[in-house]
Amino acid sequence: MNTAQPKGSGPGFMGLPPARLISYIYFHPELLGLAAAVLWIVGLYLALIWAPVDLLQGEPYRIFYLHLPMALAAYLSFIVVFIGGILYLWKRKRLFDVWARSAAEVGLLFLTLVIVSGGIWGQATWGTFWAWEPRLTFTFILWLIFVAYVMLRQTVKDQEQGARYAAVLGIIGFLDMPMVFLSVYLTDRDLHPEPRELPPEVWTVTWVTFAAFMALLAYILIQRVRIEQSREELEELRASLEE
Amino acid sequence: MLWKDVVIELRTKDSLAAMLMFGILALTIFNFAFELRADSLLLVAPGVLWVAILFAGILGLGRSYSHERERGSMEGILLCPVDRGAVYLSKFLANLLFIGLSEVFLVPAFSEFFDVDALRGTVIAVIILGTVGFAAVGALFGAMAVNTRAREVMLPVLLLPILVPLVIASVKATGLLLDGEPWREIRAWATILIVFDVVSLVVSYIVYEYVLEDWG
Repeated sequence: MNTAQPKGSGPGFMGLPPARLISYIYFHPELLGLAAAVLWIVGLYLALIWAPVDLLQGEPYRIFYLHLPMALAAYLSFIVVFIGGILYLWKRKRLFDVWARSAAEVGLLFLTLVIVSGGIWGQATWGTFWAWEPRLTFTFILWLIFVAYVMLRQTVKDQEQGARYAAVLGIIGFLDMPMVFLSVYLTDRDLHPEPRELPPEVWTVTWVTFAAFMALLAYILIQRVRIEQSREELEELRASLEE
Repeated sequence: MLWKDVVIELRTKDSLAAMLMFGILALTIFNFAFELRADSLLLVAPGVLWVAILFAGILGLGRSYSHERERGSMEGILLCPVDRGAVYLSKFLANLLFIGLSEVFLVPAFSEFFDVDALRGTVIAVIILGTVGFAAVGALFGAMAVNTRAREVMLPVLLLPILVPLVIASVKATGLLLDGEPWREIRAWATILIVFDVVSLVVSYIVYEYVLEDWG
């Protein structure tokens, strides 16, 4: 993750070793939320106002600053789904499943936004919202797998059984993606803009918006896991009250 | 174990007949659907064949597990001291056999309906490679889908996105062969099919026990 990220971290905090730092952030997710908010405001300003306009694509190119980081965040969340699934089947701790499930939900949201934002850009630049182009197809298949994952969770009654099934789907789906990638790239030509000689400002803005999305992803994930943990505690308390 | 799956199926014969009928109907409907619009049926023929195989196969996969559920026979099998991997392999082989059997009828029918020469060694090799991967993932997801609320819908929802590389590679390879391209032109696609087959068989074999853990 981006090292220049903890903006709202406060004094006396930077000297902590990485493991302590991670656990500190985990128990104070509001810091991440603050960092995400600051990075978002800065990132939006940089992307929409500060960055120079692209000579070839004009103003719509600014969508790229949201589009690319969001896609990367979504791909990253699938790695969380995959690893969470393996750890759940192996260790059988509910926590791993909660991580995987939350990552799938956030990933589905991000991927949906990636496809919509890409479509808006495509409408302006390619003249069409949708094209069967390798990167689009790849992302769309990933989206379908995420949808299947979320649907599977909702159609299995038993929580534990649903967790196991979802883990299996997450593992198979993740291993499937390299083959999807290969087969779509062998079929069609990539129409995405080539990384040309870009002015350094573009990379600066991209890094800031990327950090903003990473902070947001981590923030939502941690909060989601904590909600799930509180719910479990609540249920335990309720059970003990009834006795 | 494999014997059990095969015997049940042969005795009832209903799944196989339904799969076949469904496949033939798909070919027929596609023929009408495309005849009016497509300039050359040869352009769409490989896709039609694979859609017919996939849909007929999904039907069979679903049946093979709903039999187990209706009769509660899976619990009986799980009480026996057999390896879960063996249960998977027998399910995989039984489904491979039945999809293969329906293909024995579907592929010649396809050749006649669409006036192509699909009864060649290379085309049949591609069909076998595609069917192995299909049955491998199908035998795994079938066991999951049958325990969900909307079972008939969940199997294709789970299966089809995962099968995308297999479908692309099979359709491309079949199409190139029907166009008269030599085998070396489709080597990349055949490689994808083989990798898909191996990966899906190995991973499904390993994770199958987690799916069976508390059946029902």
